[in-house]
Amino acid sequence: MATLLSEKQIAQLKRRVKETPHPREMVLDVLHAIQDANGWVSDEGVELAAIVLGLSSLQVEEIATFYDKIYRRPVGRKVIHVCDSICCWSRGSEAIMLRLQQLLAIAPGETTADGMFTLLPTCCLGACGEAPALRIGRTLYGGVEPEQLEAILDKERAEVES
Amino acid sequence: MRSCEPLLFKNRRAEGPVFLEGYRKNGGYQGLEKALRGMSPAGVREEVKASGLRGRGGAGFPTGVKWSFFPSDDAGEKYLVCNGDEMEPGTFKDRQLLLADPHHLLEGIIISCYALGIGTAYIFLRDAYRECAGNLERAIDEAAQAGLLGDDILGSGFSCEIHVHRSAGRYICGEETALLNSLEGLRPNPRSKPPFPAIKGLFGRPTALNNIETLANIPHIVTGGAAWYKSLALTEQGAGTKLYGLAGHLKTPCCVEAPIGMPLGELIRDFGGGVWKNRSFKACLPGGASTPYLTAEHLDVALDYEPLEQVGTRLGTGGVVVFDDRTCMVAATLNLLRFFARESCGWCTPCRDGLPLVCWLLERLERGEGTREDLTMLQEQLSHINGRSFCALALGAMGPVDGLLRHFTEEVEDHIRMGRCPLQD
Repeated sequence: MATLLSEKQIAQLKRRVKETPHPREMVLDVLHAIQDANGWVSDEGVELAAIVLGLSSLQVEEIATFYDKIYRRPVGRKVIHVCDSICCWSRGSEAIMLRLQQLLAIAPGETTADGMFTLLPTCCLGACGEAPALRIGRTLYGGVEPEQLEAILDKERAEVES
Repeated sequence: MRSCEPLLFKNRRAEGPVFLEGYRKNGGYQGLEKALRGMSPAGVREEVKASGLRGRGGAGFPTGVKWSFFPSDDAGEKYLVCNGDEMEPGTFKDRQLLLADPHHLLEGIIISCYALGIGTAYIFLRDAYRECAGNLERAIDEAAQAGLLGDDILGSGFSCEIHVHRSAGRYICGEETALLNSLEGLRPNPRSKPPFPAIKGLFGRPTALNNIETLANIPHIVTGGAAWYKSLALTEQGAGTKLYGLAGHLKTPCCVEAPIGMPLGELIRDFGGGVWKNRSFKACLPGGASTPYLTAEHLDVALDYEPLEQVGTRLGTGGVVVFDDRTCMVAATLNLLRFFARESCGWCTPCRDGLPLVCWLLERLERGEGTREDLTMLQEQLSHINGRSFCALALGAMGPVDGLLRHFTEEVEDHIRMGRCPLQD
């Protein structure tokens, strides 16, 4: 369990929990920290968060499973979130999703065999003025054309490999 | 082309956000100085009430009236929570505001805390706005170092701290009581009201909740005065300026600041560049995904709260989403309802089970498999869901269905009659 976060990170989080008057408020911060270090939040991750926060695993689990940007299943090195809300839909998000499925040879919800990308739909990213938009890891891409996707994936892949 | 002297976007630059130095150079924190040095908390509240400012997060409730329910003068811990969970499709204004100058929101929050006797504020920010969160944290550090935040602000004796809370997705967190649960680390189902957050909110204490854009207006009302602020609107009853999102089938989608009361058609033509690909205007959502459609006959309507209510819709968040003449309104409505059904928190039955039923009916209609009975059932859902759900999510979700059945009955019936979508080749 200790390998999910370094001893130092755990000590830091525990110190913050001790100092804050409402430690439960930190549950997403702790889950984010575990996810940032491991890519996703495993059962052990939920247990670790519970220990750090002084909560039961169930109290953490009901938070972890609620939010769509906390991953409770393994994901690839980078998660591709394709916006399927109204503005992106009106400007071709369905074609973007189809092209990505072809390029990656996976369906939405799946991860590529090399473990590089997970493909997920997402609701509005707040980039309606740049529709259609998608997010890969923490990078937002706006005004995306299906023809650009191959180059975007290459760039994202190269970033991981470098 | 009519435009306005920008208030909220006065520091918006292509090269990126303006921080403390640039913000102060352009009049920043003058509202805070004026409030702390020359006005009583009650005086600030009166000014905001007189300004006619209405909440910019979607519901449009008058801010000064909302504040009048808050126990400002009571002792004890009280909170201000800034709702930055901007997740309603078609709405991207708060992000633009934060990307322009994060101090703008901070100044609004500090003045509001002073007016309401609050010592601690939280900014609840959606997961997708991580860049904005970083900018806000930098701005908070800058403000604290400059004596604009923290203990004894500007030597006034008033103290205030601001924390940024990063969320992790889900539209329901924008509902104010679900947001409070989310912030407390509880599962974000909405709470029952009463008690209202102003009486029992965050951690059980009185809590004022306002949207980012709403709070960013406060420094301008303090600096320029209520009468001046009110006069900025183009309508008699309106007040101030508004950040409008222009998205969908437009030549130049964008986010602009224009006076409250700008006619819909003028905004679309002058700022959105008109409908794309030389097509014509068919319909739009006037204020985000939950506002019933308007059609070509409504292009003269003033984008203000009352005029939009008179034509059966709402100003909402001001996110205008335009559809061209090739759009199937059944398909558009289905897209919107899939969003709401997916984002339902599952707490109450009309929302959790009703919205998927509405999606199922719209899917049947769009595939050409719909019958008259399906249409009747769809109509019935308006009364089965509206007013029967635990919070306003389901009511908002039914907005587009209401608009579809009022303005596009013929198009829906064509799907049934022809046994296919009439807009697909």
